[in-house]
Amino acid sequence: MADHSTNSAQTAEADKGYWQANLRLIYISLAIWALVSFGFGILLRPLLSGIAVGGTDLGFWFAQQGSILVFLVLIFNYAWRMNKLDAEHGVDEE
Amino acid sequence: MDQFTINLLFVGASFALYIGIAIWARAGSTSEFYAAGRGVHPVTNGMATAADWMSAASFISMAGLIAFTGYDNSTFLMGWTGGYVLLALLLAPYLRKFGKYTVSEFIGDRFYSQTARVVAVICLIVASVTYVIGQMTGVGVAFGRFLEVSNTSGLLIGACVVFAYAVFGGMKGVTYTQVAQYCVLITAYTIPAIFISLQLTGTPVPALGLFSDTASGEPLLTKLDAIVTELGFAEYTAHHSNTLNMVLFTLSLMIGTAGLPHVIMRFFTVPKVSDARWSAGWTLVFIALLYLTAPAVGAMARLNITDMMWPNGGIEGGAVSVEEIDTDPRYDWMQTWKKTGLLDWEDKNGDGKIQYYNDKSEAMTAIAEEKGWVGNELTKFNRDILVLANPEIANLPGWVIGLVAAGGLAAALSTAAGLLLAISSAVSHDLVKGAINPSISEKGELLAARIAMAVAIVVATYLGLNPPGFAAQTVALAFGLAAASIFPALMMGIFSTRINNTGAVAGMLAGLTVTLVYIFLHKGWLFIPGTNSFTDADPLLGPIKSTSFGAIGAMINFGVAYVVAGMTKETPQEIVELVESVRIPRGAGAAQNK
Repeated sequence: MADHSTNSAQTAEADKGYWQANLRLIYISLAIWALVSFGFGILLRPLLSGIAVGGTDLGFWFAQQGSILVFLVLIFNYAWRMNKLDAEHGVDEE
Repeated sequence: MDQFTINLLFVGASFALYIGIAIWARAGSTSEFYAAGRGVHPVTNGMATAADWMSAASFISMAGLIAFTGYDNSTFLMGWTGGYVLLALLLAPYLRKFGKYTVSEFIGDRFYSQTARVVAVICLIVASVTYVIGQMTGVGVAFGRFLEVSNTSGLLIGACVVFAYAVFGGMKGVTYTQVAQYCVLITAYTIPAIFISLQLTGTPVPALGLFSDTASGEPLLTKLDAIVTELGFAEYTAHHSNTLNMVLFTLSLMIGTAGLPHVIMRFFTVPKVSDARWSAGWTLVFIALLYLTAPAVGAMARLNITDMMWPNGGIEGGAVSVEEIDTDPRYDWMQTWKKTGLLDWEDKNGDGKIQYYNDKSEAMTAIAEEKGWVGNELTKFNRDILVLANPEIANLPGWVIGLVAAGGLAAALSTAAGLLLAISSAVSHDLVKGAINPSISEKGELLAARIAMAVAIVVATYLGLNPPGFAAQTVALAFGLAAASIFPALMMGIFSTRINNTGAVAGMLAGLTVTLVYIFLHKGWLFIPGTNSFTDADPLLGPIKSTSFGAIGAMINFGVAYVVAGMTKETPQEIVELVESVRIPRGAGAAQNK
C-alpha cells in the first residue's frame, strides 16, 4: 500500500473512477448473461419460436449452445477491457 | 482381442501416462503440489482447471439426463457454464489480488473472525462430501461396466481405487497430469460423438450435427420428436417442466459453480490479476468443447436407442424380438450392461418381442390394449450408463469403447480424489490446526488428514450405494449447497464494505441450514433412503425441487447478512481498506511471493 502515501487523495479519486467503470462493465455483462440464458433460453423462448433453427427454434439453440458461446464472448471481452482499463487508470500490476 | 482386454489396455495405458507425468513433474519442486498453476500460462491453467472441474457428472451422467428429458434438462448446460461468467467477473481477479491460498482463509481475514473461517470450512465440507457421493455413483457405473461386475461390486472396487489414488496424492496437484487427463477426457468424449454424428447426419462436428438433416432429409431433431412422441414420450425439443423451477435450478448451478472451493482455488495461484481474468475464459473454452458436444450426444443416443428397440421404423414395423437381442451382435451391449444391473428388459406379455414405450402416457393406453402390450418392457435404463454405452450402441470399433472407458474413469477419479484431498486438508489444516488444536504436530495433522479422508470415502461409498439421484443430480445438490453458503459470503466480502463479521456468519449459517434442511426433507436425512417427508415429484414449496433450492438459499444468505450487519457494529477501518485494496490490481505482485 506504499503507493497511497504520495498524492493519496488523487489516487483515491482515480481508484474510485476505476471501480465505477468496472461496476458499469459488470452490470452490462451480467444483463447480457441473464438475457441469453434465463431470457432467450427459457422465459422468452415462446417469443423466438417463429425463428426456425435445424428442426427446432432459436430458443432451443440458445438453451443448448448459444448461451455457452455468448458466455465465452462475455468473459473474454471483460478480461480484455479490464486489462485495458487497468492501464488507463494506472492501477495495473506493473 | 476381446473387448475386456481392450478396455484394460486403454485404462492401464492412461493411468501409466498420468503416473509417469506426475513422477516427472514432481521431481522439479514440491511447492508445485500446493500451488498447482503458479507461473503456469493461463491456457495451460485453463485446461487443468477444466479437467479438475469436469467430473463424472459432466462426462458420464449429463448427456444421459438430457437424452431422456430433452430441452428441459438444458439447465445443466447453461448452469454449469454460466457460473464461469460470475467467477470471472465477480470473484477470480479479486481473490487473486488478495493472495492467500484457500477460500476459508479469505473469509476468515475479510470478516476478521475465526468463527467465520470455521463456518466457511463446515460449508465447504458439507458441499464437498455431497459432491463425492455423486462421483462415487459415477465411479460405480464405470467400474461395474469396465470389470463386467454388478454396480455394487464396481462401486466398492472403485472406492478402493479412489482412496489409493487420493492417498498417493501428489498427482492431483500437478498441473501437467491434469492437462493429460483433460486430453484423454475430451478425446474420449468427442471421438464417438464424431463417428455417430457422421453416421446420422454426415456432419463431422457433433455440435452442428445436432441441427443438421438426417439421411432422409428430415432434420435430426424433427425426426427425434416424431419417434419419441409416437411412443408416448414427451416431445424432445418442447418445454414441459415448470418454468420457475427451471430458472431457479439453472441459477443454483451457476452460483454453485462460482462457489466451489476447489475451482476458486485455481485462480489464487495464477501469476497476475489479469491472468486470473484470462484463465476463467480459457477454462470455459475447454469446458465448452465438451458442453457443446453433450446435447448432440444426448439427442443422437436417444435416436439410436429408439431405433434399436423399433428397428423397422416405429410402431408399425414392430418391436425388436427377444431372439434378436440374444443373438444379434448389434445387441451385445444390452447383454454386457445387464450384468451391471443398470439395464434390464422383460417380455411381460410373452409375445417374443420387447416393446419400449411410455406406459404412463394416456394416449398409449388404447394402442397398447389394441396391440396386446401390458407395459413397457425395457424395464430399466439407468441414465448414467448412456454415455459409456453410447459407442457400443452405435456399433463403433472396440478401441473407441476402450477409450471412453478410460475417459470416464479419468473424469470420475480425478475429481473424486481432488475433493477428498480438499476435505482432508480442510479438516486437518483449517479445522484441527486452525481452530481446535493449534499446537498439533505435523505428524498429528497428517494423521487427521488421513482419518478425515477415510471417513469421507466410507460415508460417500455407503451413500453412493443408495444415491439420492443420478450422478449429475447428486452433484447438483452439492452445487446448491455451495451456492447457498460460500458464494454470497465471497461476493459480499468484495462488493460490500458494510457486511461485517456477524452478518457474514449469520448469512452463511442461515443459507446452509435452510438449504440442507430442504434437501434432507426431500432426499432423506443425511441422504438415508426412506427418511424423507417429501419427494421432488411433489415438493414442499410449490414447484421448487430440492435440487433448485440453492438459489433460494443464496438469497436468504444475502438477506440475513444485510439485516444482521445493519443491526451490529460497522466494519473496522482497516478491513474497509483491505476491501478497497482487493478491488485494485496494483500491488498484486507482492502478494504472490507470500
